[in-house]
Amino acid sequence: MIKCDNITKTYLTGGHETHVLKGVSLAIDKGEFVAIIGPSGSGKSTLMHILGALDSATSGKYFFEGEDVSELSEDALANIRRHRIGFVFQSFNLLPRASVLRNVMLPLVYAETPVSEREDMVKKALISAGLPEELWGNNSNQLSGGQMQRVAIARALVNSPSLILADEPTGNLDTETGKVVLNTFRSLNENEGHTIILITHEQEVAMYANRVIQIRDGYIIKDEKR
Amino acid sequence: MKKDNMIIRDLIQETYSAVTANKARSSLTILGIVIGISSVISMISIGQGAQASIESNIQSIGSNLIMVMPGFQRGVSQVSSGRGSAATLTLEDSKAIEERITSVSNVAPEVSRRYQITSKNSNTNTLVSGTVPAFTAARNVEVESGSFVTGEHLKSLAKVAVIGPTTATDLFGENSDPVGASIRINKIDFKVIGVTKSKGGSGFSNQDDIIYVPISTAQRYLSGDTSVSLISIQAEDAGLMTDVQEQVTSLLLERHKIKDATQADFSVMNQSDIVATASSVTSTFTLLLGAIAGISLIVGGIGIMNMMLTTVTERTREIGLRKAIGAKEADISNQFLAEATTLTLVGGVMGVILGWVVSKAITSLAQINTSISLKSVLIAFGVSAAIGIVFGYYPARRAARLNPIESLRYE
Repeated sequence: MIKCDNITKTYLTGGHETHVLKGVSLAIDKGEFVAIIGPSGSGKSTLMHILGALDSATSGKYFFEGEDVSELSEDALANIRRHRIGFVFQSFNLLPRASVLRNVMLPLVYAETPVSEREDMVKKALISAGLPEELWGNNSNQLSGGQMQRVAIARALVNSPSLILADEPTGNLDTETGKVVLNTFRSLNENEGHTIILITHEQEVAMYANRVIQIRDGYIIKDEKR
Repeated sequence: MKKDNMIIRDLIQETYSAVTANKARSSLTILGIVIGISSVISMISIGQGAQASIESNIQSIGSNLIMVMPGFQRGVSQVSSGRGSAATLTLEDSKAIEERITSVSNVAPEVSRRYQITSKNSNTNTLVSGTVPAFTAARNVEVESGSFVTGEHLKSLAKVAVIGPTTATDLFGENSDPVGASIRINKIDFKVIGVTKSKGGSGFSNQDDIIYVPISTAQRYLSGDTSVSLISIQAEDAGLMTDVQEQVTSLLLERHKIKDATQADFSVMNQSDIVATASSVTSTFTLLLGAIAGISLIVGGIGIMNMMLTTVTERTREIGLRKAIGAKEADISNQFLAEATTLTLVGGVMGVILGWVVSKAITSLAQINTSISLKSVLIAFGVSAAIGIVFGYYPARRAARLNPIESLRYE
């Protein structure tokens, strides 16, 4: 479903070139639960941005569901993100003054989903993410960290995307809450067949995935299925 | 049906929640626009009020009027004695106009000059106008009590006078009825036979401070010659004024044996020319007032821009998130433009209301005429929407161009 072919990414900062990715090739199939693990500065965030169509590679090819997205315009990338990718961020990034329902509905606004279909989709996503129904009407800033991350997961799920990308989803959570969130991801993968890529720097977090890709200094150094 | 941008309903909802998120800031920004729009509305209403009252003043001297005034005589020398001072128009000219020119309803010659007037216990200096009965019709003069000069008076050179209400007050005091009393004009006794109705005239020619006498009497006893100082001609219809003006000009040129129209010893003025001149003055005045008030509107617009820039910075992460989940540049910039335009339109509506209240207050407190036209209200709305777009454009572009990755990391 995802295929990267010798991807490099070079940033130019102050006339100085920084090679963040130095030729990454990988393929991820539908239904996989992959953890990309690496220390900070390894290039894992840059790889995640490219995989999530937030950024384009300097060279190399990236195929998303068979479509070459390496050369697409900003708006075309936005189109891929709005329909086919769901994001979960370390710091949740919820709209603070908006209700849970409105937060989860946000991707549907940009996907122009007909209003009549939205409520069912939102409820379904919230159930999948495991957020108790009595919290649905609350504003997002009235929730605990774990609850907020579940709202963010529901937001990522609501469009039924082909890929869910989670960037350090447990980074702002305590260990217990983190476990609950990770188990949510595992059940989404096992029971609902979602393809999930999890970016982390913690070995214990990576253990929840079925496949662990280790990245260091811009190269993949290990790729193992478990 | 799929379009490329957000559904309008969603845009409205997003805008509503963004504008109401920080009520104090939104209200202050709106206040800037309210002040701008309301000052433009009220200033323009003062200008238009002035225009309306000047125009109605000019109309009060009569309708469809054409006035003929003596010009200056060109003698052998190059010395000119000044326009209007020459004695080139006569009663015969006036009669010829009456007889030979069609589509004229009234012709009223007039000979006027200022004299010292005395009554039993008071005296004043005012304009004495010798005229004919047709003057009342031509110049919209109505008699409050008594009667106006009649044809009989003209024939018999009667020493009778009709006085204006201001003159009546000056000579006889408030609330007196001077009809029947006697006044002395230039040391000659005249009997007051009527008082005219007030025309509320103001400015340089107060039409209430005047004395009318028969023109024959004036020529014989006061001016001592046969010249007239003004002929008022009333056209039957407003559309015929230019035509009448041309006919009068050629008739008088012929009578005065002048071949070259530029050498005419009289001048013919059309009332609509006077109105047009006055209107051009007052519309400049209106424009000036509007422009001054417009400055505050620009300041209000800068307030909008300031707020929007702050909002964009504050909501950087939110913009990053929206872009990450699929918002395009156009979605983001539309959202911020909608916010700015909403603020200015709300300000515009309130500004129009406040401007209306202010101009009513000016009318009742300062006795200055004001007039609010639909046009100025529509312009105010147009301008406030335009301000939202103009001053909202830059912040909106800035938001739309934010890089999603950097925005999501923004602290």
